[in-house]
Amino acid sequence: MEEFSARQLRERIAAGEVNSVEAVKGVFKRIDELEPTIGAYISTCRERAMERAAEVDGRIAAGEQVGELAGVPVAVKDNMCTTFGATTCASKILENFHAPYNATVVEKLLAADAVIVGKTNMDEFAMGSSTENSGLKQTVNPWDTSRVPGGSSGGSAAAVAGRLCYAAIGSDTGGSIRQPASFCGVVGLKPTYGRVSRFGLVAYGSSLDQIGPITRTVGDAALMMNVIAGHDPADSTSVDEETAGLCDYLAKLDEPIEKLKIAIVPEFNAGAAEAVTKALAEAIEVYKNLGAEIVEIDMAHLDYAIAAYYVIATAEASSNLARYDGVHYGHRSEKAADYVEVYTKSRAEAFGKEVKRRIMLGTYALSSGYYDAYYLKALKVRNLIRGDFAEAFEQCDCIMMPVSPTAAFKIGEKVDDPLTMYLCDIYTIAVNLAGIPGISIPCGFDGESLPIGLQILGSAFDEDRLLRIARMFEAQTNWNEKKPPIVE
Amino acid sequence: MAERIDEEQVRKVARLSRLELTEGEVEEFTGQLSAILEYVEKMNELETDRVEPLAHCLPISNVLREDVVKESLGTEKTLANAPQRDEDFFKVPKILDDSFGA
Repeated sequence: MEEFSARQLRERIAAGEVNSVEAVKGVFKRIDELEPTIGAYISTCRERAMERAAEVDGRIAAGEQVGELAGVPVAVKDNMCTTFGATTCASKILENFHAPYNATVVEKLLAADAVIVGKTNMDEFAMGSSTENSGLKQTVNPWDTSRVPGGSSGGSAAAVAGRLCYAAIGSDTGGSIRQPASFCGVVGLKPTYGRVSRFGLVAYGSSLDQIGPITRTVGDAALMMNVIAGHDPADSTSVDEETAGLCDYLAKLDEPIEKLKIAIVPEFNAGAAEAVTKALAEAIEVYKNLGAEIVEIDMAHLDYAIAAYYVIATAEASSNLARYDGVHYGHRSEKAADYVEVYTKSRAEAFGKEVKRRIMLGTYALSSGYYDAYYLKALKVRNLIRGDFAEAFEQCDCIMMPVSPTAAFKIGEKVDDPLTMYLCDIYTIAVNLAGIPGISIPCGFDGESLPIGLQILGSAFDEDRLLRIARMFEAQTNWNEKKPPIVE
Repeated sequence: MAERIDEEQVRKVARLSRLELTEGEVEEFTGQLSAILEYVEKMNELETDRVEPLAHCLPISNVLREDVVKESLGTEKTLANAPQRDEDFFKVPKILDDSFGA
C-alpha cells in the first residue's frame, strides 16, 4: 500500500478496497522507524489523524460521498496555520504559538477529507535552501543522511521521499518547493503567484510567496492542485476566477501537448555541474523523441535575478517580521527592562542568524539614502526579468532548465557562507520574481546516486499545460519510481 | 555607487530593526552584509533609467467588500498566545515614565 500514489490510495479507499486507518497506521509505523533519522516533522498528530481516518472510513462504509483526498495521509509545512498543534515556522519565536484559525489551504485539505499527519520542518521563516536554518531541528536527505534535503520546504520533501506521508504541502519564495523536491527525488510544483490562497501562510516575502504541492507523481501534484487552487476572499492577492478560471488539472493530464516547443537557455545552463547538465540534456532528448521542437533562447537578465531577489525578499521580510515584537504572541524576553528591550531582546534571543541577517539586509535596503540604489533598482531589474520571460513565452510553450547547480550538498558545507548559499538559488529564483509557475520532476541521478531534478517553467496560470508536459516525461521514464535506500 | 556597510552602519541598522546584536554578531554581519551588498551591486551593470519599477508581478487592485459585521476571533482566542495578559489586556512594561501625566 505504501507504494500507492496519493491518487491510487484515494481511489482504493473510496472503493472500500483498503481503508484510511490502515494507511495512517502504515505512515506512523514508518514515522516510528525512520523519523528519528530523517527528522522531517516538527510535530505529528497521531491520535487526531487516527480519529479522522476512522471517521472517513465510517463515512465510506455508510455509502456517503467523500472528498478528493479522502483518507490520504498528508503533511503540511509548519509555516501554515493550523488550529491543532503549534505553528512554529521552525522558529524559537513561535515555538509555542497556537494559531487561532486554519490557513485556507489547510481548510481545503480538510474539506477534501485529507488526513493531516503532521507539520514539517523548514528553514526558519522559510529563509534558506537547506533546512539547516531551522531553529528547532535538523532534517536530513533520505537518499543520503549526510546531506541536506534542500530547503526551505526540506521537511515536506523528505517526508514524501521517506514515505512518511503520501503527499505534502510546501511554500516557495525563491525555490523552496522545487529545490528540495529535486534534492529528494520527488515532484514539486510552484503555482503562479495568486493561484493558491496565502491566507494563513506566515509571510516571508509577500510578493513572492506561493503555496504548492510536493508529491511522488505528477498526477498527485495535479490532484493536490485541484484541492488547493482557487480564489479566496481572505487573500486580496489571490486571483479571481475571471482572470484565471478554475481547472480540473487531472482531466487532460495524460494527453500530451502536440507540437510542443521547448526553450532552453544554453549559456545560463552551462553553470551547473556536469551530472546536472547531462541529466538535463537526456531529458530534452526524451522530449525530442516525443516530437518536441527545441529552441535556444537568450535571457539577458537572468544573471541578475539573485541580486534583485535578495534585495526584494529581504526588504519584504524586514517589514513582515516586524510583527514579532514579544507583545501579542511569540517569545518575550525575561530580561527586558523597558518596552524597547521587549522588542530588541525578544527578537535577539529567538530569531536565528539567517533571519537576523535578512532583516538587517532588508532594513538597510529600505533605509533612507539606500532605497533608490538597492530597493528601487531591484524592482526595475525585476521588471526586466519579467520582460525576458514574456518575450520567451512568445516563442515557446515552456522553458526547461536545471533546478539547482548540483545535487544535494553535505550538511554544514555552506552554512558559514551565506552568499555561496544564495548563489545556489540561481535557477529557481527568477520564477518567483516573474510570478510564473514552475515544476521540478525527477530526471536522473548523479555519480553518487543523488537525485537530480528537471525544471519546467510555464507562463502565468498555465499550470495545466505544465503538468501535462511533466507527465509526458514521467510516462516515458521511471525516475519517480526509484526509492531512497533507507525505505527499501 | 553606494558604499558598502561598516560596523557603525550595522549598529544603526540593528537599531532600526529592533535587534540587539552582540559585538561578535556586529563583526560577523559587517563582513557578510558587505559581501552580499557587493554582489548585489552587480545590478548596476544594467541601465534602468527608463524601466518602471515592478513591485508586484500581477495587476492587483484594491479589494473592497460591503461594510457588514462579520464574526471575529473574540477576546479569549485573541489573547490565547499573549506572553503576558492582565484580564482582557496584553500586558507590557511601562511605556511612559513617571514624569508624564499623573
